[in-house]
Parts: sequence; structure tokens; C-alpha cells
Amino acid sequence: MARNVSTQRKLVTTAVAWTIGILIFFPILWTFLTSFKTEAQAIASPPAFLFFDWTTENYFEVQSRSDYFKHFMNSVVISFGSTLLGLLIAIPSAWAMAFSPTKRTKDVLMWMLSTKMMPPVGVLVPMYLIFRNTGLLDTRTGLVIVLTLINLPIIIWMLYTYFKEIPGEILEAARMDGASLAKEIIYVLTPMAIPGIASTLLLNIILAWNEAFWTLNLSAAKAAPLTAFIASYSSPEGLFYAKLSAASTMAIAPILILGWFSQKQLVRGLTFGAVK
Amino acid sequence: MATLHTRSAARLMIAPSVLLLLAWMVVPLALTVYFSLLRYNLLMPGMEEFAGLSNYTYFLTDPAFFQAVFNTLAIVLGVLFITVVGGIGLALLLDQPMFGQGIVRILVIAPFLIMPTVAALVWKNMFMNPVNGLFAWLAKLVGLQPFDFLANAPLFSIILIVAWQWLPFATLILLTALQSLDEEQKEAAQMDGAGALSRFIYLVLPHLSRAITVVILIQTIFLLSVFAEILVTTNGGPGTQSTNLTFLVYAQALLQFDVGGASAGGIIAVILANIVAFFLMRMIGKTLEA
Repeated sequence: MARNVSTQRKLVTTAVAWTIGILIFFPILWTFLTSFKTEAQAIASPPAFLFFDWTTENYFEVQSRSDYFKHFMNSVVISFGSTLLGLLIAIPSAWAMAFSPTKRTKDVLMWMLSTKMMPPVGVLVPMYLIFRNTGLLDTRTGLVIVLTLINLPIIIWMLYTYFKEIPGEILEAARMDGASLAKEIIYVLTPMAIPGIASTLLLNIILAWNEAFWTLNLSAAKAAPLTAFIASYSSPEGLFYAKLSAASTMAIAPILILGWFSQKQLVRGLTFGAVK
Repeated sequence: MATLHTRSAARLMIAPSVLLLLAWMVVPLALTVYFSLLRYNLLMPGMEEFAGLSNYTYFLTDPAFFQAVFNTLAIVLGVLFITVVGGIGLALLLDQPMFGQGIVRILVIAPFLIMPTVAALVWKNMFMNPVNGLFAWLAKLVGLQPFDFLANAPLFSIILIVAWQWLPFATLILLTALQSLDEEQKEAAQMDGAGALSRFIYLVLPHLSRAITVVILIQTIFLLSVFAEILVTTNGGPGTQSTNLTFLVYAQALLQFDVGGASAGGIIAVILANIVAFFLMRMIGKTLEA
């Protein structure tokens, strides 16, 4: 009897949860569906949900008209480049703070976090001028540098919380056995830290891929990643729903897939380890 | 434990990060302060001169500035309200036993992974557009006049779009926290005759307080600087109705080329963010230490 009631309750919960889930997801689903319509069908009233002539023409159109692939590659280079560079700088720092903490380590960590609180507009003007004067404006290199700097605190914090969980005794043992510092890092620490480093990598690629303040302000035609490319669709001449949808689908699909794989790490990374 | 050798090695390894972040904080910020004291327009190169605090008086007496401060706070508070309340509700729902929980979770998380420009353009064109949008179609379906969201309620529309993006974040974190709540405690409370509401108020909510604080802290950092959503939907308009501080400084710098004025605005934005951060850190410090 009791079991029966709970199954009934479970069915109701399932129905409610699925309805809400689909409603929240609907804008993405709708974008996906619209990307396969013709422009006329995309603005048809009443709207066609599933029964329309599916076409992949929009995808080819977006590629041939505005060289989608170039912007995609910019996004890839900028997000991977800034993340890898960030990891390179952050791994030694996080390692040192996790295994050789001093009285000031907590303060240093808090200070690093506080740099994230500075609103980007506070430094927009000088960054724009520095970039203009050094020829970094609208280059991938420039965007890699900026995104590395803005995500560095998050990378260090994430790595720090992961490294903290590795028992220090193992490293001591390696040191006793005569391993040098470099060997200690490469052969002992790295293999144990790989899962944490991988999660950090994933989260930061997502953050860098979607970053839309610096990429919009410091890039134009040449180095524009997908965020800036999509923004060009906001002008009236670009107002074609089906093409906008196709471009959007291609821009979000890779990161949607990455994100779904890493949802557990998302929480931890985004809360700096405060919620696990 | 650590030998002198490893301690100096540790300093050496922390140095690059610290120096880079220090440079990143100090150099541009110092330049912003310097520019804010100049009369400096990119359209008139070579005409820079010392202007004292006139850029600040200009910015602080501009009616657009007060509107921007109000809008900034409205976006932060509006989005926080929707996402925290909605997030608690959704987390409680997703914590119940159901079929296909993993799939629902994936559906709910998705908006957070969408880049801001895509999210804003999809909402603007395919939902909120008064002619071709789905909302207009729904309104006509029930016999109402379509509502031009972005023209008549620009700030509210932007809050909706941004809240849609951040609701998954709040839900995900609150759900994670909820799942760490001891099952036995809940059962014990139930045995003692506590109803669903009192269990929520006296058991669940206190348990969530830390996660809620973290959600508020992190969202506030990002919400103070909402930019792309405004740029592609309303461009700050009509007038300055949906201009926040970030957008105001951007417009001053890159649309009007007023380096001095924009820098003063940037410094004001930094000061305001620091005031907010000060209160937040105190609040966080209390919760995290408890």
C-alpha cells in the first residue's frame, strides 16, 4: 500500500519536473528546430513545431556567407590557449600553496579571488589603448592574454582545492626516496592531480568560450570569436531567424556537450570549492 | 615540515601568478585613475590636458549616471531574487525521487552553458519580438495584444534573460548542497511530527544557508558587469532605460571616444563594486566560518 502511494507520488513529481525542465530548455530546443527551417517557415504563424520541411541549407549559408569556421577556430584557439597558458602558470602556484603553506597563503588566495571583484569596465579604457598601441587589438594573442589573466584566479582556486585533497605524506615519501622537486611534480603529483586538472581545464574552456565582455570589446573582424560573431546578427540586416538559429546552434553545441559531461565539477569549480 | 629549500622554491612558484595578477590589477587601474584626471578624447589626439576632477563632476551630475546605478542594482537584485527563490524551488523538486532525473538535470543546466550573445539574441528575436516572436503568437492565441517587451519593459526583459541564464547555476549549487543533507535528520524530524513546512524552515533552509551565500556572492560578481545581453538586445535604450554602469562606461569610451570621462566612470564603478564586495565578504566570512 505504502509502496503504491510512493509510486504515484513519484509519477506526479516526474511529470512536474519534466514539464519545468522542458520549459527551461525550450529556448534552446526551439533554436535547434528553427535552424532546420526555411526563413519563411521560421517566422510562420502559427509556428511549425516539428512538421515542416527540414533543411540543412542554413548551415551551409552561414558558413559561405560569413565564414563561420574562421570564428569557430578563433574561439577554439582563444579558449584552449588561455586555459592551457593559465594552467601552466597556475599549477606550480597552487601546488606550492597546497603543500607548502605559510601564514600568508590564505591571504594570498583571498586577494587573488578579490581581483575577480574588480569590474572589467574599470580597466576597459587603458586595456583598449594599450592593445591599440601595441597592435594587440583584434588579435588572438591579445585575447588569449586577457582571458588568461581574468580566469587565472579561478584556475588557481580550483587547483588549490583539488591539490589540498592529495595526502602530503605521499610527497614526503617521494622526497625521502630522493626524488628531486621536478621529479616530485612530474611523477608523483601530476598523476594524482590529473582528475582535478582535467576538471579545471574543462570549466575554464567553458568560461573562456562564453566570455563576452573582453571578446566583444577587443576584437573586430579578424580575431572575433563566436561570441562576437553572433553579436553581429543583432543588426537589422542580419535578422534572419533560421540563419541566426543555425549559427547559434553551432556556437553552443560544442560547449553544451562539454558542460553536460562536467556538470559535477561545474559546481565545485564555480564555488571555489566551497560547495562540493 | 617544509625545509628551507622547498620554502624558497614555493615562493618562486607562486611568484609568476602573484606578479601577473598584481600587474593586471595595478597597471591598468593606475592608468584609469590617470586618464580620469585628463581631458582626453580619441578624436582630438594631442589635445590632452589636465582637467582635475571635472570628469568626475561631469559623470556624477549626469542624470544617466543615476539611472545606470539604479539599473545596475535592479539587474543584480532582480536576478538574484528570481534565481535564489526559483533555484531553491527547483532544487527541492529535483531532489525528490523521479524517473529520468539525470535527463531533467541536464535540461535544467543547459542555459548556463549558452554564451550570453546567443541567449540574448534568441530571446530577443524568437520570443520577445512583437511581430514574429513566440510570445506574440501566444498572446494572439488567447486574444491579447502582443507586447513589445524590449521597447516597453527593457530592463525587465533583460532581467528575465539574465535570470534564465543564471537559474541553472543557483539550482545546481543548491541541489548539490541539498543532497549532502543527512537523510536521518530529515526522518528524525518527521518522526517528531514536524510538517513539511517546518522541516523546510528549521532544517533545510539553515543547511542551505552556506550554499545560498555562495550563490549570492558569485552571481553578484558577474551580475554587476552584465554587458553582452544589453549590447545585443536594447543597446542600453530606449534612451538610457536599460543602461547599466558597465554599458554607460563602454558607450562613453568606445562610442563617444571620451577617454577621460569613461575612465572616471570606470573608477566610480570600481568604487561601487568594492562597497558591494565589502559587505558581501563580511557576510560570506560569517557564513563560511560558522
